[in-house]
Amino acid sequence: MNPILTVAAKEFRDDFRNRWTIALTILFALLALGIAWFGSAAAGRVGFTSFDATLASLTTLGAFVIPLIGLLIAYGSIVGERDDGTLLLMLSYPLSRGQLVAGKFLGHCGALAAATLAGFGLAVAIMQWMQPPAQTMQAWLQIGRFILSASLLGASFVGLACLISVQTADKSRAAGLALVGWLVSVVLFDLALLALLVVSGGNPLERAVYPYLLLFNPVDVFRLVNLTALGDGAGNDLLTGMTAHHNYSPALLYALLLGWAVAPFAWAMLAFRRKEI
Amino acid sequence: MNHPIECHALAKRYGELAALDGVSATVPRGQVIGLLGHNGAGKSTLIKLILGLIAPSGGQLEVLGQSPWRAHALRRRIGYLPESATFYGNLSGRELLDYLARLKQAPRTQVATLLERVGLAHAADRRVGTYSKGMRQRLGLAQALLGSPELVLLDEPTTGLDPQATRELYRIVGELRADGRCVLVSSHLLAELEPHIDGALILRQGKLLAAGSLHALGDQAALPAQVLLRPREQTMPELIARLETNGLSAQARPDGRLELQVPRAGKLRVLRELLADPAIVDLDVREPTLAQLYDWLGAGPPSTAEVAA
Repeated sequence: MNPILTVAAKEFRDDFRNRWTIALTILFALLALGIAWFGSAAAGRVGFTSFDATLASLTTLGAFVIPLIGLLIAYGSIVGERDDGTLLLMLSYPLSRGQLVAGKFLGHCGALAAATLAGFGLAVAIMQWMQPPAQTMQAWLQIGRFILSASLLGASFVGLACLISVQTADKSRAAGLALVGWLVSVVLFDLALLALLVVSGGNPLERAVYPYLLLFNPVDVFRLVNLTALGDGAGNDLLTGMTAHHNYSPALLYALLLGWAVAPFAWAMLAFRRKEI
Repeated sequence: MNHPIECHALAKRYGELAALDGVSATVPRGQVIGLLGHNGAGKSTLIKLILGLIAPSGGQLEVLGQSPWRAHALRRRIGYLPESATFYGNLSGRELLDYLARLKQAPRTQVATLLERVGLAHAADRRVGTYSKGMRQRLGLAQALLGSPELVLLDEPTTGLDPQATRELYRIVGELRADGRCVLVSSHLLAELEPHIDGALILRQGKLLAAGSLHALGDQAALPAQVLLRPREQTMPELIARLETNGLSAQARPDGRLELQVPRAGKLRVLRELLADPAIVDLDVREPTLAQLYDWLGAGPPSTAEVAA
């Protein structure tokens, strides 16, 4: 078997053994069901009501949770092996450093994607069982899109975690840096854009540039992929409001998300190649 | 190049620091070679160079006929036991070897055979995290032998092993030698290592201090043999005087024996005379040890002044 797949299979199995995958599956399923059931509680109703509203809430929540999980699951990939003393042994085997990073990246991405699929899939199956008419072909497509984009978002943060793991000297620093990475991409980036928009007073140039600035953050690309596909009034937030006049091509958004999934990981491979052991 | 390891003027620098400086040596097939030197002498750097994990700063290095730097496939033919080997504690011994066998593209049937060979068959399905240090070291040896490597690098292999396990390890090392493989053993335990090696590479501050068979190194050092004599009662003063007239200075030991340093050149003649001496009831000859050779070469750690220089 190719060494990348051998390493990936081990990491995937390890995530199962460490109960990461099962815990994430349960978390995703509970989040999805909770949001779907209680999403309309403010309007005095509970139960599976608006599918679009559920997906919009899931997207908002996923944008917070999935990057954090991607970072947590993989920040120790390389630096953990260095701390534990197994890195030198692994590198003495017939695989390149790039192959080692690639294997770890694919293994963790696989575990995260499996949890996303199983968790949200389980939730959708329950919703379908309890309220069959609520599900249409369109809804299934949206769920599929959500799971795919959530997996790609997870992959981009697993890649970022691999990069952090390669570049840091010990596991605690890697954990700290991972949290900073999460804070910047999930909270501060959008805050900075919002501040920019407020300060500029929304002049035409800003409004022209803003939709493109969003593409520099995989979290925002994830939001765009899912929220722009939903109908109006489906709980679309500030983000879609501000980008309402901009037509993003779905293919471009997916390509960008894929690019975001690959770029940090490719950087991690190159950085690890140059690292002195 | 025909030897498993050949290097010429090999150098590795980290900025201003010369971790290895102009090392030229060969390591022949079918031999066990000790890689000796104080901490920081350059042993680990040499091992990393041989494994192709770091690039040389100068000189040439060929391992099994090719340059090892980034030659990943070459590592299929090399076995390596790192110092104080640690492994994934969540896997069982069998799972770990199975994983590593896949990486090395070694026959998976070797896993059970090797676990048996290092005496871990009974613990094969236990988590490695529950293994004692000695068991981990034996597991380390087993993984180093995956794929029947032509070259085996053992870094402090007996750390944490009890005497019986140490003997077992060297028995396996002997089997590897008999099988025509080349084994490079890095160790600080000179007395333990000495009976099991054919030759040594001795490094000091990144430079090769000495290289060759133990016999040749012994000849080069020409260290005297130590002879311990047990004199007949009441004859000690007279024996000491007689030895001194023959140019041999004897020292009395607390156990009642006399200790002589006999030069290598006239050793046989002196021994014949001592054997014929009626005042001596017992005689014990000790050849110079690897540790004495090591001291004679000045292979110990550098002084503060040297480090500063």
